Parts: sequence; structure tokens; C-alpha cells
Amino acid sequence: MDRIIAQLPRFFSERNLILLLESAGLTLAMTALGCLIGFFLALVLVYLRKTPGLWALPLRLVCVAYVEVFRRIPFLVIVYLVLFFIQTVIRDASLFTVAVIAICLYATAYTAEIIRAGLESVPQQQIDAATAMNLGRFRTTLWVVLPQSMPVIVPPSVAFAVGFIKDTALVSQVGVFELTFRGKELNNQGFSAVLVFGTIAFVYFLMSWPLSLYGQYLETRLAAPRSQRRPRKIRQS
Amino acid sequence: MPHLEVSDVRARYGSLEVLSGVSFTVDRGEVVALVGPSGSGKSTVLRLLVGLLPPSGGTVRVAGEPVDYRRAAMVRAVRDRMAIVFQQYNLFQNMDVLKNVTLAPVRIKGRDRREVEDLARRLLDRVGLGDKLHAYPDELSGGQQQRVAIARALAMQPEILLLDEVTSALDPELVNEVLEVIRDLAREGMTMILVSHEMAFVREIADRVVMMDKGSVVEEGPPAEILDNPRTARARDFFGKILRH
Repeated sequence: MDRIIAQLPRFFSERNLILLLESAGLTLAMTALGCLIGFFLALVLVYLRKTPGLWALPLRLVCVAYVEVFRRIPFLVIVYLVLFFIQTVIRDASLFTVAVIAICLYATAYTAEIIRAGLESVPQQQIDAATAMNLGRFRTTLWVVLPQSMPVIVPPSVAFAVGFIKDTALVSQVGVFELTFRGKELNNQGFSAVLVFGTIAFVYFLMSWPLSLYGQYLETRLAAPRSQRRPRKIRQS
Repeated sequence: MPHLEVSDVRARYGSLEVLSGVSFTVDRGEVVALVGPSGSGKSTVLRLLVGLLPPSGGTVRVAGEPVDYRRAAMVRAVRDRMAIVFQQYNLFQNMDVLKNVTLAPVRIKGRDRREVEDLARRLLDRVGLGDKLHAYPDELSGGQQQRVAIARALAMQPEILLLDEVTSALDPELVNEVLEVIRDLAREGMTMILVSHEMAFVREIADRVVMMDKGSVVEEGPPAEILDNPRTARARDFFGKILRH
């Protein structure tokens, strides 16, 4: 304990704080970028997966296989796979790129299931009505089904992304300078492990907590009937 | 030449044959009512006509032209000429009333937005909802939603309006406001096919009644004839049960 207290001023030096902040930012950026791109890829994947017709059977199988396979591989294994695969293609790919791609691959598989459940929650009659008005599958999905399934899709997707902030710690294994990697570095510099990882843990918490609250806010807001979701007009006095 | 001619049309859900040879015609400006017990295939006929269920046999002719429901372009062309109103209204929950009515004419038919909005306002005025342009479906009663659904169908400027049990999901006191709108359309000479259990209403506005049972037509003719003096035992039985109160 005395050792920790003695280390405090040196540990919370300006340089270390900047380092921690930077790596926290990197962690957030990786997660946000990976999950966001993953979300859009998942939308595409689910749309392709629902392509009707016999000719699209191979396409549907590929989509199902992707989701089922990637949801059953540990994230760390995906990270290594991406790392070694990317290096055979692009020699000087940055580790950040590797991390984002890995997160993306993983997030796509997970959010695809969330999105599929969301789209399926919209009653078939809505689709029938749109079809009878000649909307077509793409426009029906984009204008009718997707907006109505957002209350079902957004909260768990945000929860997934927020949960993933901490799981990105795994990419420290390949040497991305994110939060956990910096922690290991500082620990190696002789700082107490309890102090270092206690601080790191606290930073992870600080990043996740407000975002979880935001997710819960979104959930209640989206659950409200559409009519009550209009922006409030500012009253003129 | 009848405007719509349905001859020996068949359809199946999987291995179950739901329509086993349905034939009837609709002339321009005529109101034809499809009646019959639940599960007789009345709604299926309407769904089939707008291409929500592919026929497995028979022919449908619109203005003399046979419709090949396997060809997407032809199905789209048919949907341009017919609009359907559903039992459950099926308004798009994520759009306000005006958007519901204008979406397809503007975005699909490519008509001028201002023009379509004017038309939508007139139609909504006419169904008594001129003050609800920016209400969302969940703010409206069932009767109001169904009137919006009718306005939405009319905004497509269809040649034939298909009405699928449009009052069945409504509270009894809301039925009349919807029937009033349909009565009005009939008076103006709108061609309509109406699936309904409201026999008094059918008697009042239908030019012809087609009675169906178990996926085929049992009997057809003017309402007075069919409802009061049915020739077949099946029709006598059916009307006997529902008209005797």
C-alpha cells in the first residue's frame, strides 16, 4: 500500500495521463469504427440473407454460414487470423487497421442476428401493404420495415458496442497501443500492477458507464409511440 | 367487355388448395361483393389480384388483357390499376397521415409532390380527416385509420378498389363512418370489389353479389336475388344463418 501511495505522483505524471487518454481514445475509436461499419455490413448481410428465390440459395447459405461461424470463434482468434491474413496481402497494414477489421468482422456477425430479429418483429401486413403499393423489397425494407424495427434493433446494438469497449482489450495481444497495452507497458516500467490496472479498470468503467446510460435512454425514447417522439417546438413568447 | 375477368383461378398455400376454380367478372363502375363463410377464400381472391399470392392456375384479365403473375413487370402494372384496403388498415406506423397517403404516388409513381399533396388533402378532407394530416396512426381510432387507408388507396388513383373486410376490425360505433365513405365512392361510380360480412350494407350498395364457399363460387347474382332467394342449398344455409336475427 505504501508503495502504491509513494508511486502516485510519478504515476499520474502528465506524460502518463496523456498516454492513458490517448490509448483510451484509441480504444473508443476502434470500437466505434468497428461496430459502426459492422452495423452497416450487418444490414447488408441480413438483406442479402433474405433474398427470395431459388437462385439466391447459395447467397443465403453464405450469409448464414458467416453469422454462424463468426459467432462461434473467440474474438482473439479472429484478431490473429486478421493479423496474419492482412500481412500476407498488405505488408505495412497498421495494427489499428487490423484491430478495426477484426472488430468489424465480429460485430457484423453479432449485430446481424440483432437486426434479423428486429426486421422480423415488423408485422407481415406492413410488408403486404407496401408490396401492394409497388414498393419493392428494397424500398419496403428501407422505408417501412427498418424504421419500424429500430426500437428493437438499436438498444441491443448499442449494448453490444458498449460491451465491446472492454472486449477490445484483447487486441493488446497483437500490440495495438490501446488501453490495456499501455497498462502492461506501465506495469513493466515498475509501477504497481494494482495501481496500473486499477486505474485502467476505472477508465474502462468511465468509458462504458455513460454510454450504457445513453443506451438505456435511447431504449425508453424509442419505445415511446412515434407521435410522442417529435422534437418539441420552442414556444415563442 | 368486363373490366376485370377472373376465370377458373386457383391458388394454394403449400399443399392446401385455397381457391379451386373461382370465376366472376366486374364491369366498369360496378360494385361486386364477395361474401361467404370464413375461410371460403374471399380475401385470398383480393390478395391474389394484387399479386400478394401467385395463382396456381386460371386467368385474370384486366381490360381484356391477360395478366401473367409470374412476370414482375406485369404484376407491377396490375398494382398500378388496383389498390387494396386491408382489414387491419396496415397504415405505415412510422409515417404520419399525409406521408402514408403521398408516399407511393410521389416516390413510386413519380408524380409531382405538390399535386399529390393537394390531392391527398382533398381526399382526407373528404373522409373527414382534413385536420389530421400530421397525426401518426397510433394517435387515431380504428375508424379514422381505416379512412386514412381508404384515402391512401384512392391517392393511387386506381381503376379498381379492393376492400378486404374493412370494417371487421372496427368497434361497432366506428363502422358507420367507414361505410359512409364507401357508400359515397359507390355513388360516384368507383369500381369496387368488396369482401364484407355487413349484409345490410352489401344489399344496399352492391350491384352484384358473389357467394363463395370452400374456395369456389357457389352462386352469384343481384343482391336481392342472392340474399333473399338463393337457389343453392349452401347459400340458403349460409344466408339463413346470418340474416335471421
